[in-house]
Amino acid sequence: MYVELKQINKKFGDFKASQDVNFSIEQGKLVGLLGPSGSGKTTILRMIAGLEKPDSGDIMIGGSRVNDIAPGKRGIGFVFQSYALFRHMTLFDNIAFGLTLQKKSKKEIIQKVNELTELIGLTGFEGRYPNQLSGGQRQRVAFARALAPNPKLLLLDEPFAAIDAKVRKELRQWLRTTIGKLGVTSIFVTHDQEEAVEVADEIIITNRGQIEQKGTPLQIYKKPATPFVAQFIGESTIIEDYTKFKGFESNDGAKPKEKGVLRPEFIEIAKDETEILTPLAAEKGIVRAIYFRGNNIQVDIEVKGQPLTGYRTLEQEDLTIGMEVFVLIHRVYTFEGSHTEVIENRIKTEQNSVYI
Amino acid sequence: MAKVTRVIPGFRFTMGFTLFYLTLIVLIPLASLILKGGGIGFGKFLQTVLDPRVLHSYLVSFGCAFFAAIINSIFGIILAWVLVRYEFSCKKIIDGLIDLPFALPTAVAGIALTSLYSENGWIGRFFYAIGIESSFSLVGITIALIFIGIPFVTRNIQPILKDLDTQYEEASMMLGANRWTTFRRVIFPEILPSLLTGFGLAFARGVGEYGSVVFIAGNTPMKTEIAPLMIMSKLEQYDYYGATAIALVLLILSFLILFSINLIQWRMSRLKGI
Amino acid sequence: MQENKYVKYTLIGISVVFLTLMLIIPLLVVIVEALSKGFAVYFKAILDPFALKAMNLTLIATVVAVVCNTVFGLCAAWLLTKYSFKGKNILSSLIDLPFAISPVIAGLVFVMTFGRISYLNDFLTANNLKIVFATPGIILATIFVTFPFVTRELIPLMHAQGKDEEEAATMMGASGFTIFRKVTLPNIKWGLIYGVVLCTARAMGEFGAVSVVSGHIRGKTNTLPLHIEILYNEYNFTAAFAVASILVIFAILILIVRNIVEWKNEKEA
Repeated sequence: MYVELKQINKKFGDFKASQDVNFSIEQGKLVGLLGPSGSGKTTILRMIAGLEKPDSGDIMIGGSRVNDIAPGKRGIGFVFQSYALFRHMTLFDNIAFGLTLQKKSKKEIIQKVNELTELIGLTGFEGRYPNQLSGGQRQRVAFARALAPNPKLLLLDEPFAAIDAKVRKELRQWLRTTIGKLGVTSIFVTHDQEEAVEVADEIIITNRGQIEQKGTPLQIYKKPATPFVAQFIGESTIIEDYTKFKGFESNDGAKPKEKGVLRPEFIEIAKDETEILTPLAAEKGIVRAIYFRGNNIQVDIEVKGQPLTGYRTLEQEDLTIGMEVFVLIHRVYTFEGSHTEVIENRIKTEQNSVYI
Repeated sequence: MAKVTRVIPGFRFTMGFTLFYLTLIVLIPLASLILKGGGIGFGKFLQTVLDPRVLHSYLVSFGCAFFAAIINSIFGIILAWVLVRYEFSCKKIIDGLIDLPFALPTAVAGIALTSLYSENGWIGRFFYAIGIESSFSLVGITIALIFIGIPFVTRNIQPILKDLDTQYEEASMMLGANRWTTFRRVIFPEILPSLLTGFGLAFARGVGEYGSVVFIAGNTPMKTEIAPLMIMSKLEQYDYYGATAIALVLLILSFLILFSINLIQWRMSRLKGI
Repeated sequence: MQENKYVKYTLIGISVVFLTLMLIIPLLVVIVEALSKGFAVYFKAILDPFALKAMNLTLIATVVAVVCNTVFGLCAAWLLTKYSFKGKNILSSLIDLPFAISPVIAGLVFVMTFGRISYLNDFLTANNLKIVFATPGIILATIFVTFPFVTRELIPLMHAQGKDEEEAATMMGASGFTIFRKVTLPNIKWGLIYGVVLCTARAMGEFGAVSVVSGHIRGKTNTLPLHIEILYNEYNFTAAFAVASILVIFAILILIVRNIVEWKNEKEA
């Protein structure tokens, strides 16, 4: 394990920013710290960097404890949310700053800066000042500046927060490929799940100063470990009593102790029986609202008094509000304590096995 | 409280130097004033401070400073408004001129104002013609204090007014308020805290002002003597304890003013739920 | 938003009249009075040996006060904007304290600290040191009244700029002094220049405090403002205004620098 946090606790006044935080990161991985604002993710990043000191616990980098090592001596590159580019220095001087401090020779500095400027695709802009660059360009300069002294660990605080939507997409891809190419262990903080899923090899989900789950994006999506993760990742509807739906009835007729979580992807909405493979497993519902969402159509339906949300493709026939439709619920997440479980639609699975 | 991290190096040096210099230049001398001033004894202290001539000088200092700060508040709002909201020629020059009282030595201001507002002065002759003694009088002292206080209110309101989104005003207009109501109900509450700061600073500065006032005041006992002048004249008689006693009262009163203005501001910001 | 034209021009009119009466005419009167007896008298007044000596002392006091307070101002502003610590608000108020103190009291403070009845008097006389009624006293009083100027100018600026850039430099292993010199100083240079200019203006023109500690020894412990007072009290008005005109020129220069600084600041923002 390259980076390890052991039993980290941190308070700001009465506010618990980190509570018993434990996790480790393998060398060469690109890890996303994902959580709502105020969940303590930036604090974790700043503690790894040495910009904050934990109240207790150990931070290990490359096998040695770094708690008492000054931030500048930890071999970390840090990309600030605001970029923190030196506003009175040119692009060249910004990137060269760390190298100058390392007392590298002029030749080496020029070579390294040129290399990095090319990497970030800003060759020819060396003489520009930060305020003469666009948001996306500044972000890349901040990235290059952090990389210049050859850090073993790269930390990025909300790297895309200040960039407009269109550029952000391109930049994400660029960052992912570039970090992959360089192979530097990296941790970035984000509150945007789409960003985390798209960029990270691994995601660590934080909530109220605690780690909820760590895993690959797919693992987290398919097997959320806690109710929080299930609700935070993807869209979802909470259902008080999922046993009232076909295929989910409890054996003894008792109401379930746990709530259920339903994602729109788990729901199939059909105009009539012909659109659906297993109509017997489907409920009937009423269309309450229809929203065109560009690449698909969101349909709000009411099934047995429970509002649900699902999608239809643009290829499927149009629905109208008030229409009766078939609603097939494929599966539901439930939670026992802090443990999740996936319950499949029983009627559907049974029918499938019969047909096959 | 947990361990405080200070990431940026230099904390110990800057803290050390700041405390050392502050102690040397401000704290030790002020402490000496208070300690030595205490040597006068309570009876003598009261006798000095309650001397009618001294009491009157406080009245003159505080009264004139208060009045001047009020006038500066009114003109300060107008100036800030004009400079932020309107475009006109030589606006830049006017804006630059506002700081003149900061830049001009008080003694120069003092003799210039005295010459202007005296009986035969360029402006004074008009005042005297309508029966107002604009120099060697309370009016003269107030004029000097207005001069000194001009920048405080204007410079405090200007940035607030600049940052104030005109949408508030537009919203108020759309709801049917006229310009004056809009100013009174929407804009004025926004600038009130900075107006108070400016007022407080101008007032405090006016109470302690010496250089610009002493020439135009005339310094007639029981009429136009200001408190700083009383300190000065005690010193000229080598009455150090007397001077210190007057100074201590002046200091305490000035701090009380600044403190109560801070208190009002704090109350106001709490009411707004900030 | 369309403003009523009458309201607009009335308000502009009031502003212009007020500033003309209170600021422009006083400046004019100094120049007119100074030249009222011709250039010969004017130059005689400003080249008078006492005037030159006063100019010299003003220069010394100003330079020392400005250098000391600039170093202090940078330190204190750095301390108050880059770190959090207990008692920060108290420290900040203490630094502002000299603003709220009458110049006459500022002078008195030093008379009580170093003068005839002070605790230090025996020590000072034994070592033949003279502080009050001599140049050191004038310098100290000048430092006191201009104490917070540089700090006050820098704090809002440095606060607005945050500490991200300094943290970024720290992450790369820069030392405190390197960060200050290479990152902070270039960012605050215009604010610093303005603070220094204001400090200079106030130091040069300080009257009340210096008046208390100078003891008015003509040609020895007189600064320009004190020299003006003496001339004025001797009814030598023309000479007083002539010397005053030098300070007026400085005041105008300071205003010009102020506007350049503001313009530069806006351009860089």
